[in-house]
Amino acid sequence: MITDHLPALQVVVPLLAAPLMVLVRRGIFAWLLSVAVSWAALAIALALAFKVRAAGPISYAIGNWPPPWGIEYRVDGLNSFVLVLVSLVASIVAPYARASVAAELPRDQHYLFFTMLTLCLAGLLGITVTGDAFNLFVFLEISSLSTYVLVALGRDRRALLAAYQYLVLGTIGATFYIIGVGLLYLMTGTLNIADLALRLRDVHEIRPVLAALAFITAGVGLKLALFPLHFWLPNAYAYAPSAITAFLAASATKVSVYVLLRFYFLVFGVQLAFARLPMAEVLTALSLLAVVSASLVAVFQHDLKRLFAYSSVAQIGYITLGMGLANEAGLTGAVVHMFNHGLTKGAIFLLLGGVALRVGSTRLDRVAGLARTMPLTSFGIVLGGLSLIGIPGTAGFVSKWYLVLGAIAHGYWWLAALIVVSSLIALAYVWRFVETAYFSAPEAAAAQISEAPAAMLIPAWIMVVGCIYFGLDSGYTLEGARAAAAVLLGGAR
Amino acid sequence: MSAEALLLAALLVPLLGALAIAACDRWPDLRETMTLVTAGSLLFCVLSLLGPVLAGAQPQLSLVQMLPGIALAFRIEPLGMLFALVASGLWVVNSIYSIGYMRANREAKQTRFYVCFALALACTIGIAFSANLMTLYLFYEGLTLITYPLVTHHGDEEARRGGRLYLGVLLGTSIVFLLPAIALTWAAAGTLEFTRGGILQHGLSNAAIGGLLALYMFGIGKAALMPFHRWLPAAMIAPTPVSALLHAVAVVKAGVFSVVKVIVYVFGVERIAGLWSVDWLPTVAGFTIIAASIVALRSDNLKRRLAYSTVSQLSYVIFAAALLTPLSVVGAALHIVAHAFGKITLFFAAGAIYTASHKTEVSQLDGIGRRMPWTMGAFAVGALSLIGVPPAAGFLSKWFIFQGAAASGHYLVMAVLGASALLNAAYFVPIIYAAFFRAPQGGDHGEAPLPMVLALCVTATLTVGLFFYPQIPLALARQLAGL
Repeated sequence: MITDHLPALQVVVPLLAAPLMVLVRRGIFAWLLSVAVSWAALAIALALAFKVRAAGPISYAIGNWPPPWGIEYRVDGLNSFVLVLVSLVASIVAPYARASVAAELPRDQHYLFFTMLTLCLAGLLGITVTGDAFNLFVFLEISSLSTYVLVALGRDRRALLAAYQYLVLGTIGATFYIIGVGLLYLMTGTLNIADLALRLRDVHEIRPVLAALAFITAGVGLKLALFPLHFWLPNAYAYAPSAITAFLAASATKVSVYVLLRFYFLVFGVQLAFARLPMAEVLTALSLLAVVSASLVAVFQHDLKRLFAYSSVAQIGYITLGMGLANEAGLTGAVVHMFNHGLTKGAIFLLLGGVALRVGSTRLDRVAGLARTMPLTSFGIVLGGLSLIGIPGTAGFVSKWYLVLGAIAHGYWWLAALIVVSSLIALAYVWRFVETAYFSAPEAAAAQISEAPAAMLIPAWIMVVGCIYFGLDSGYTLEGARAAAAVLLGGAR
Repeated sequence: MSAEALLLAALLVPLLGALAIAACDRWPDLRETMTLVTAGSLLFCVLSLLGPVLAGAQPQLSLVQMLPGIALAFRIEPLGMLFALVASGLWVVNSIYSIGYMRANREAKQTRFYVCFALALACTIGIAFSANLMTLYLFYEGLTLITYPLVTHHGDEEARRGGRLYLGVLLGTSIVFLLPAIALTWAAAGTLEFTRGGILQHGLSNAAIGGLLALYMFGIGKAALMPFHRWLPAAMIAPTPVSALLHAVAVVKAGVFSVVKVIVYVFGVERIAGLWSVDWLPTVAGFTIIAASIVALRSDNLKRRLAYSTVSQLSYVIFAAALLTPLSVVGAALHIVAHAFGKITLFFAAGAIYTASHKTEVSQLDGIGRRMPWTMGAFAVGALSLIGVPPAAGFLSKWFIFQGAAASGHYLVMAVLGASALLNAAYFVPIIYAAFFRAPQGGDHGEAPLPMVLALCVTATLTVGLFFYPQIPLALARQLAGL
């Protein structure tokens, strides 16, 4: 039965499609194939999620080599949620990318762009689906290398520098991760993640394990832009092609968060990470610093892409904050915020792609009076901004609600207060856009600007509508997030 | 139609109306007709619901699960009915007035104005009919956001600054205080459903209840309890119809409505009556009543004076609810109605004066009563109602608040009420005196356009009519207090 091979197909389909694009070398073909692949990936991810919900975790042995010797792909309530998020984002970004890429890249690079996008998708899905720590490293490298290329494709020359910066830091991150995995292998003799968790219980010489935890934290922390390891992110987001900014912001950092969650809760275990080591305190402190400082920095940016890039650093802070709370409500908040923030930031960056296309820049002074020339784009950004603030009725509110409940459950009143106060800083940076777009008169030259093309507006608005829908009816997202939290806390699925 | 269908219709009519108004952008006459039709239909829906609610029914409707265990749900109880009745009734009058005002002053972006107005009413009805705190909070924030374009309608630097203060205070208080209050309620009670007698039955110490009450009272910034009242005068930058309906009726009343609702249905009057930890509330509200009156007394700008008068009058409602006796709760509910009619009349008059003569300051109003007898006559009625002179609606509500205070032995309260009535008289009577008895100065003008004069005469008549026929509001208020 083909459905038995879904875990493998999730990765194999995009991985095989990418070389095919290079063979054909046609932009239009590459685009169609990447759309088809991303939609297929979404279908597979949804099918897997339903299967997991109905029948519990799925274990798939690659090449029929049984785990822990062979590579195991393992889908449970946690990573099936992430698979849906990543493939959903890809399936919206891929159709959008054509119009955006046509405007931003020379024709002969189009097929390369879609090849790299598809490879990056394969890498991210691979990281998520695999149950093998070394295999995870391989996919991490596949996604990272393709990301460096994609960032470098940005039409601004500074994109090269941004890509180089990201390359250096990303490589350090990946190296740290593999050193950590090496130490774990040394102590346990296994690379299978589930097996690692079992064998670590019997390891009495704890020092190398602690070193492994430190290396993995720093390595993955670099990839997920955990404060203060976030310096690559604003540049990479600001100068990458618009479609890539949306894709990375909505999916790549979330996958890294997933890796950290997996290692903390299911490999090292709550006992080691949070009881023996003060990782909860460390995560909480770093997250709060991220939330407050990155939000404040965002308020003073002059470019919308950078503004929302710093906002991403802050929002990732909310996710790691929920992780540090390490209770049911906090983890539900963290996981659901991966999805909600992915949707929100994806929507905003897709709309900014339209702005970049029509206005030629995303600088704040250039978008004065944007509401008159591009009303749908402006209003979409405002709605996305409301979700970033966490206004009720938007997806962002659901996350904030759970984070506050998580803080209350611990009796951390001050933390609950800081969470809500920090969302006011988001209000400040979102309102900078509102006031510029709605109150300033457009420059004379900007008066002829027209609304973004439908091919870009429709995908972006699907995400905007998603931000509102999942704020009013959180049934699906919360069911997934609660199942994921249950997995992390050692529940059944 | 069944009551449930009517309830859904009341929520949808203003939303669909907003779409219709937007669609008629190019045809102003049709657009204004749409506004009137929408307002009329909404009033019809609400009136049709009145019968069942007076008979004791509580129609309800649950739409989707916003969060596990917390639905987007509606249920009509007496107070919500009363609030919806006031808001939708006055929207009809206000629409007539708006048409006169917006056209006479040649305001820009009128379509956006009418669309936002309809959406603001949709949020108001959502607040009035909400069945739980989360639904209320959703529409409460929605109302703040949708009125922002109305407040900043003129789009200039002053509007931008006023808008910042408006949004900053309202969103700031609701995010920083109200949201944690709701989360704490959820954590403590496991439900957010509005329930007679309250939901905080056990497990909370007196101190915790006092703290929670403070989070709610200051979190509901729309009720303008000092020190979070600054948004209200800032919002006066809006066109006058906005000040009239939204900042004398819908928005501020949404605030005090939420306050009464939280005290009656979340805390429970009997549950917290007599606790030392909630005793501070009448004091803070009393302080706001007096302090805001004094500021009003010192303001020369007419709309600013009315705004501070509103701040003061809103605290009457908080004050009455905080006395925690059934009679004072009746007084609180009635004052929501009485103040709405009186204050909207005053704002209508202020807008009519501005439209006819472009005067905005109190000191410019000498002799204006001879040129605009209808307008200033209505102004006098509204002012007398707020002072609490019979035969106007304001007397009625103050009477009940007085009785509640006497029953609970709060003699300080009586002093506050007396002092504030004097202060109200001190800032309103000189205006009336100057308008009718001083010699007119400069400029030749008559009354404002007919729709405006018509509207303010209607509300003035209603203010007096309510004194003689208070049956319906009184019945709803008594139902609320369980009398």
